[in-house]
Amino acid sequence: MGALETVTVAMVAGALRVSTPFLFVSLGECLTERSGRINLGNEGVLVLGAMVGYATSYHSGSPWLGIVAAALAGAVLGAVHGGTCSLARVNDVAMGIAVMLAGTGIAFFFGKPYVQPSAPQLPRIPLGFWATAPQVRSALEVSPLFFLGIAAAFALHWFLRATRAGLRVRIVGDSADAARALGLSIDRVRLLATVAGSALAGIGGSFLSLSYPGSWNEGLSSGQGLMAVALVVFARWNPLYCAVAALIFGAAGALGPSLQTVGVTKGYYLFYAAPYVLTLVILAATVRPGRALRGMPGELSIGR
Amino acid sequence: MTTLADVPAAAAPAARADAADRLYPLRRAAEGVAAPLAALLFAAAAFAIFLLALGKSPVAFYALVWKGAFGTWFSIQNTLQRAAPLLLTALCVAIPAQLGLVIIGGEGALVLGGLAATVAALPLNGVWPPLVQLVMALAGAATGAAWIALTGLLRARRGVNETVASLVLAYIGIALFNHMVEGPLRDPASLNKPSTWGIGDANMLGPIPGTELHPGLPVGVIACVLCWVLIYCTSTGFAARVTGGNLRAAMLQGLPVERLIVLACALGGAFAGLAGMIEVAAVHGRANASLIAGYGYSGILIAFLARHNPLGIIPMAVLLGGIGAAGGLLQRRLDLPDATVVVLQGFIFVAILASETLYGRIAWFQPRGDR
Repeated sequence: MGALETVTVAMVAGALRVSTPFLFVSLGECLTERSGRINLGNEGVLVLGAMVGYATSYHSGSPWLGIVAAALAGAVLGAVHGGTCSLARVNDVAMGIAVMLAGTGIAFFFGKPYVQPSAPQLPRIPLGFWATAPQVRSALEVSPLFFLGIAAAFALHWFLRATRAGLRVRIVGDSADAARALGLSIDRVRLLATVAGSALAGIGGSFLSLSYPGSWNEGLSSGQGLMAVALVVFARWNPLYCAVAALIFGAAGALGPSLQTVGVTKGYYLFYAAPYVLTLVILAATVRPGRALRGMPGELSIGR
Repeated sequence: MTTLADVPAAAAPAARADAADRLYPLRRAAEGVAAPLAALLFAAAAFAIFLLALGKSPVAFYALVWKGAFGTWFSIQNTLQRAAPLLLTALCVAIPAQLGLVIIGGEGALVLGGLAATVAALPLNGVWPPLVQLVMALAGAATGAAWIALTGLLRARRGVNETVASLVLAYIGIALFNHMVEGPLRDPASLNKPSTWGIGDANMLGPIPGTELHPGLPVGVIACVLCWVLIYCTSTGFAARVTGGNLRAAMLQGLPVERLIVLACALGGAFAGLAGMIEVAAVHGRANASLIAGYGYSGILIAFLARHNPLGIIPMAVLLGGIGAAGGLLQRRLDLPDATVVVLQGFIFVAILASETLYGRIAWFQPRGDR
């Protein structure tokens, strides 16, 4: 294989793996933000989900049970964030960072005994069975969670667009006055959207420990939970675009390691930063004073 | 029926009530102390239940936290050492917050400030050290100021949300930092932990005589006091607070809102950049990944806990530093993981931030009238 193909294969493989946690966290963040609230605590949810998923898989022997446990742990942390933010005058940006700290701390606290032992991992679907090159074969071993995430993106898109509950989420997110006029309980809708969003983020965390990189340690997350906020802005609060954005961000993150396979070891941090520069450029180019970003929920604190 | 003549008569009792209620400012100050204190007690109680569930003694735990944070001269120094960078990164949040801006990108300004300070020191080998340190401080502060001012510019000129912009810029800044430290500026001798060349032992900021404290602490305290004066005792600070209170009124008054936004961001960023310079010049001696320690994020929380009052930042940073300093002792004595202190800090942050909702709810603290 030529250098270009090697890089391409390695990048596709990396993108499929690196993007999955991004995908789940950004979908969760997207749902929460569509209800009019921002959750920076998803970073803590991600780490806690990784730890709980790993520990559950280790004790029960079933990685699938680990995913369920990670989602539940995420939901609990989401309930803390959603519940406290329902109180008047509590700032959701600051509370998110506090929840991030608490979630990370709890994960490290209980996760210490699980750094050494190895837990059963999720299976991978060998989509590269047709290829002869071993690199392509290993590149196309895709986690079922990736497909679950893509399915979740479509499901969330349909939920927001075509269901009664989804319409309620959008109303609460776009105009609290309209929601009050309709007699909707704003706090309850936002609480449920935060809990569900954090459960999705928890699943994203379980991917980190149960599939790729596939172990539990304290340096597992590289800030994907916080980056999800930028990613959702990039995706204009659209779940389908979130999937695309997750692939782009994942590919950018995978570019460095894949360039290393052909001996290019310099400059990959700059590629890694490229999607953020792009996000900023898009923001600066499309926003004008007095006009909100297209697709941005009107009630979002970061929109005012 | 209300006629025009009734209006002053109706308004008068309220005005008289305000004049009579002289103790209200005191009670308002008491509210500002009581609410976080109640939240602190609540968090401590919740954490005690957590410890009981784990079969550990809360009494022994809190005794050790006190001992590890403030019990001995050594632990007090450890506490203050940890508080020092947080004073400056919290200012990076608290100053723009006067204008109603939520800046969460202090981490980026800190690492780039540290990097710039290191770069500034490298060609000055053999120059009089205090001069080198001054140049380093200026380079660090200027870089941090530029980085956050960029967020302010985007906000003022383009209306880009400052929270998202500063977060994204923090990631870009950290990526830039990693690129420089592992690429063009890397000292080839640093194998395991990529670092830049050192600034040289002569250029390090020594401890304050008689202590092991580095000068970051007095710098941070002075910066907090100066910022308090700036915000509450100058017309610029007043203009900033007016803008934060009501943007439209500020614009109608003809206040230079755009300039204030960029200025406040630059000033906050300068402090974060200075924090990076102090970390390099007093602790690490070179720029490497140790600078990315989350001081920027802790600073956000401290600023919010202090309700963006620069003088409130000092006790909050000391509280957080103290809990962090007790970590080692807890690990040795109670066999608890070192993350225990992070859990406790998380409990405290959540409780104090949630206590924001108590303001205005308790009648005793509110203004009284003879209605």
